[in-house]
Amino acid sequence: MFDLIAFIPRAVAQGIPLLFGSTGEIITEKSGNLNLGIPGVMYVGGICGVIGSFLYERSLADTSQINPALGILIPLLCCILGSLLMGLIYCFLTVTLRANQNVTGLAMTTFGVGFGNFFGGSLMKLTGADIPSISLTATSGLFRTTLPFAGSTGWFGQIFLSYGFLAYVAIIIALGASFVLNRTRVGLQLRAVGEDPATADAAGISITRYKYVATCVGCVIAGLGGLYFVMDYANGVWSNDAFGDRGWLAIALVIFTVWRPSTSIPASILFGGLYILHLFIPTGTDLAVKELYKMLPYVVTIVVLVLTSMRNKRENQPPESLGLPYFREDR
Amino acid sequence: MIHVAKRKEMPLAQSLGIRVGVIALALVVCGVITAFVTGLNPIDVYGTMFQGSFGSPRKVWILLQEVALLLCVSLALTPAFRMKFWNLGGEGQVLAGGLASAACMILLGDSLPGAVLILVMLVASLAAGALWAAIPAFFKAVFNTNETLFTLMMNYVATQLVAYFVIVWENPKGSGTIGVINQSSEAGWLPVIGGNKYLLIVILVALLTAGMYVYLNYSKQGYELSVVGESPSTARYVGIKVDKVIVRTLIISGAVCGFAGMLLVGGSAHTLSTSIAAGRGFTAVMVAWLAKFNPAIMVGSSFLLEFMGYGAGEIATTYGLNASFGDILTGIILFFIIGTEFFITYRVVFQKKEEAASNV
Amino acid sequence: MQGTQPAISMRDISKSFGRIQANSRVSLDINRGEILALLGENGSGKTTLMNMLSGIYFPDSGHIEIDGKPVTIGSPKDAFTYGIGMIHQHFKLVNVFTATENIVLGLKEPGGYDLAAATKRIEQICQTYGFDVDPNQKVYDMSVSQKQTVEIVKVLYRGAEILILDEPTAVLTPQETDKLFAVLRNMREDGKTVVIITHKLNEVKDISDRVVVLRKGEYVGELITAEASTEEMTNMMVGRQVTLNIDRPDPEMKYRMERIRVRNLTVKTRDGVTKLDDVSFSAYTGEILGIAGISGSGQKELLEAIAGLQPVENGSIEYQVDDDQVEQLIGMDPIKIAGMGVVLSFVPEDRLGMGLVGSMDLTDNMMLRSFRNGPTPFTDRKEPKHLAELVVDELKVETPGVDTEVRRLSGGNVQKVLVGREIAAAPTVLLSAYAVRGLDVNSSYMIYDLLNRQKGNGVAVIYVGEDLDVLLELCDRILVLCGGKVSGIVDGRTTTKNEVGLMMTRLGGGEAQ
Repeated sequence: MFDLIAFIPRAVAQGIPLLFGSTGEIITEKSGNLNLGIPGVMYVGGICGVIGSFLYERSLADTSQINPALGILIPLLCCILGSLLMGLIYCFLTVTLRANQNVTGLAMTTFGVGFGNFFGGSLMKLTGADIPSISLTATSGLFRTTLPFAGSTGWFGQIFLSYGFLAYVAIIIALGASFVLNRTRVGLQLRAVGEDPATADAAGISITRYKYVATCVGCVIAGLGGLYFVMDYANGVWSNDAFGDRGWLAIALVIFTVWRPSTSIPASILFGGLYILHLFIPTGTDLAVKELYKMLPYVVTIVVLVLTSMRNKRENQPPESLGLPYFREDR
Repeated sequence: MIHVAKRKEMPLAQSLGIRVGVIALALVVCGVITAFVTGLNPIDVYGTMFQGSFGSPRKVWILLQEVALLLCVSLALTPAFRMKFWNLGGEGQVLAGGLASAACMILLGDSLPGAVLILVMLVASLAAGALWAAIPAFFKAVFNTNETLFTLMMNYVATQLVAYFVIVWENPKGSGTIGVINQSSEAGWLPVIGGNKYLLIVILVALLTAGMYVYLNYSKQGYELSVVGESPSTARYVGIKVDKVIVRTLIISGAVCGFAGMLLVGGSAHTLSTSIAAGRGFTAVMVAWLAKFNPAIMVGSSFLLEFMGYGAGEIATTYGLNASFGDILTGIILFFIIGTEFFITYRVVFQKKEEAASNV
Repeated sequence: MQGTQPAISMRDISKSFGRIQANSRVSLDINRGEILALLGENGSGKTTLMNMLSGIYFPDSGHIEIDGKPVTIGSPKDAFTYGIGMIHQHFKLVNVFTATENIVLGLKEPGGYDLAAATKRIEQICQTYGFDVDPNQKVYDMSVSQKQTVEIVKVLYRGAEILILDEPTAVLTPQETDKLFAVLRNMREDGKTVVIITHKLNEVKDISDRVVVLRKGEYVGELITAEASTEEMTNMMVGRQVTLNIDRPDPEMKYRMERIRVRNLTVKTRDGVTKLDDVSFSAYTGEILGIAGISGSGQKELLEAIAGLQPVENGSIEYQVDDDQVEQLIGMDPIKIAGMGVVLSFVPEDRLGMGLVGSMDLTDNMMLRSFRNGPTPFTDRKEPKHLAELVVDELKVETPGVDTEVRRLSGGNVQKVLVGREIAAAPTVLLSAYAVRGLDVNSSYMIYDLLNRQKGNGVAVIYVGEDLDVLLELCDRILVLCGGKVSGIVDGRTTTKNEVGLMMTRLGGGEAQ
């Protein structure tokens, strides 16, 4: 039997990193920057949180004495700082130095994934720690603390209350991003920058500032996805390459949701569900089929991409200047 | 106030000088970072890196083979890039080619004679790679579907398809891998020439490089795709069928990726896994871009990136660090080079505000 | 000079783009409450100069004073704070936004972000001035004049005191132009200052109080419109008497035959806007047929339809090979047309965007038409190189060599390369659009000479032009387009500027010959 009540929380847990990633990338793309470095940024976000928390846990005599506020704030700040730096590198290269966005993004992903795996694999050696692997159980325990009634309210608690705080943060950020994009002056101006920077420029909007801020905010949000993955989903255990292709799945989500963060909430849970669907569908011993299920998110994304371009409805197109640098006196 | 203006034209020697200088600078930065992480003195860092790439004849050959494989994928992407079609699907096209090769080896390995099998593999992998690139190209040509995003997604469709077949063809059962295909019969393995198992790939890719250079610079099709890339309306004006050129170019691009897949499966790895392309589809984007889409210069840029990877790998092994160290160094070098292009294309003029106002 | 302080003084303003000097030490004053016309030919630097007031460009040297105080206008935002608003020729509107969203874009209004309130204010402005625009309509659904209206409302909404309009009538029908001018006069009554950039003398006379003339990026002089004569303004604008002394050999009547016969040609854009409406005419061998009309009257579509680049809604375009053989060109692409043995050369308006590839060198650009020649899959660069050298030699193209990228050449030289290539094919039909736009005098005369030589060789030349004086002196016959319709075909030798000018602005005038 298909166990929906067990399935949904796991789909949500799979979906939250994607939600962080796609919300961040949507904000970035709305400014006209196609940041293909998001997978790298998410690795950096995750590993920076791990480094912070690793150093903090090691400074304690007994990890059960962990200070809850510090235990959360240190990895959180490290993660934000790391992702922010990645965002700044991307912006400096593509906005200030007008470099090609695709090449810069891919270089960031190479760098970021390498950065994550390097420190993930070498942190013990570098700090001379005498432990077999990075396992931040105490910190993870803080990140995984659920809402108080989760255990006592049956299926309701399991489906809606059984997540660590970052999951709720992801949803709040996505809703907030939707609100800002569609209902505020800042959102209007950001969309104008991504659609038609020359017009936005003529209207007195600072293209450089909007691109920097949107991209850096986007990177920080995406980085939180990496942090959620390692601290909550993976129980504080960092293993190299465990994050896999989730960064690219987040970019797929951006297309799938036609650049709408609020749509990304159910969509990322759907993608998360597709990712683990094979565990819940009786396929017998045929493990191969699960790989085909994992293909589904990409296939449906392609279908959405093709359909929106075929229908050619103006509202559903990618931001018009996506991927292009802007230079006012270009002539 | 800072003003940025386009340069008129920088002499080639000067622009090359700047690029070489920046690569040198980036290497110094990498050395310092490595020294910081490992506690080595920077000179030893370079020594170790050199050791990792050129330490023994075998290492040199492995490096050459890797350079050839990366170069092969870069060459594949170049016609598309020259046409301003962002083919980020190299990874998937290589996988599709590799999958086709592996399928031939596994399914036909016992029934076809060696030479015929290799021919069938060649055709199958070229076709598979071409198909993988032609799909996004078709939609780009007809509906102007964003090719960057489309080709990117196709990578993961291919990855999962390979993952599926890896389990279908699992050997031994339960291992989660295919293992070496046709280990005893060596059916479908590319022949070893000159007693050196790396030589064939290097030679094939060298020929391909020359061929691609000629195709892009001296053939009618190469000329057409450059015109389409530079100005689609000029292309239409002289009667070039833009749609046709897009699809045709991507078929070539994908087919060469498929060829790289065959070299990987039939020539070097003799197995199939989802990681067989090893990110070359993405690294190749950077290789091609660094070389300004010029096949001859791409030999140098792919060499640089592979050298960094192997050198850093050696450092990692020697000091018990993680092998991903190479990616960090590669990333840093790329950041430097990417940033440099700006100073070659533009010139920056500093002007004080008061001067701007009173400048007569 | 009035005794009062000018609202804006520009002093010794220079600006260059690469090797092109767009403005050279221009000084001018703009007075409060006047309508100032900035008059000059295409490429005289009018728009660049005004772009430096609106913050789009920054002057290389010189300074700007507002109410006597020196200011730095580094961005459009700075311009807004000084009450300067510019309506560009290419509208700066975000397509997926509504009119309201576009109008409030970039504003920091007190009281938060309230689109409903903004919509109300916009409706008020529209009522005051009689604009017709739906604030909630998306820009991509709007007509050109609606977009222009949004642009003007945008500037008014910002409370601009000084409005700069860049060739606002180029895209308008005469009725829309009248409406616009009425609005501008209302604004002047309100005490606002208006600068209108134009190259049309009748508009200067019609609307302005004062006129400043620019030529080749330099200030030539200024006149009070009421005291100025058309001749005076024209002379200042073009720099000398408008008698151009362009050669016009008589066509060889002996071999004259109908070459291109266009009948009932109708062309619509993808969005269903009619660009050509039931156009019929013939072009003969050994003559230059001029095509006149305000820009956007269907000239581009007409030439592209003949060249096989424009899908056609209805009608026929026939090419007469000789007395018995006639080929239909509709439904053909350039390759098929060439395949029928029709040598049709086309010098398009957009030289670097369509006729040439800017990033390729002269040799490779010469190959554009001929690269398919030869039996091998490889290109032959010997012939094109030879041709490039020939063109450089014969047409005196100023270039470091034939391996220089075309985009690095100046406008005149680019045009020589393009015309040279198109003529080298020994065409039977030569289409040219704005062949002398942006060219200096010498280059222009060289182009006229080349066209006349083609005419002498029996080529049917179709010349789309914007300068009436040139059309009147160069062409044997002149077809006048107005809003996609033929308003008449006149004899170039007997017609007058006045007659053609009138036909350009009214439908179904003049009698077809």
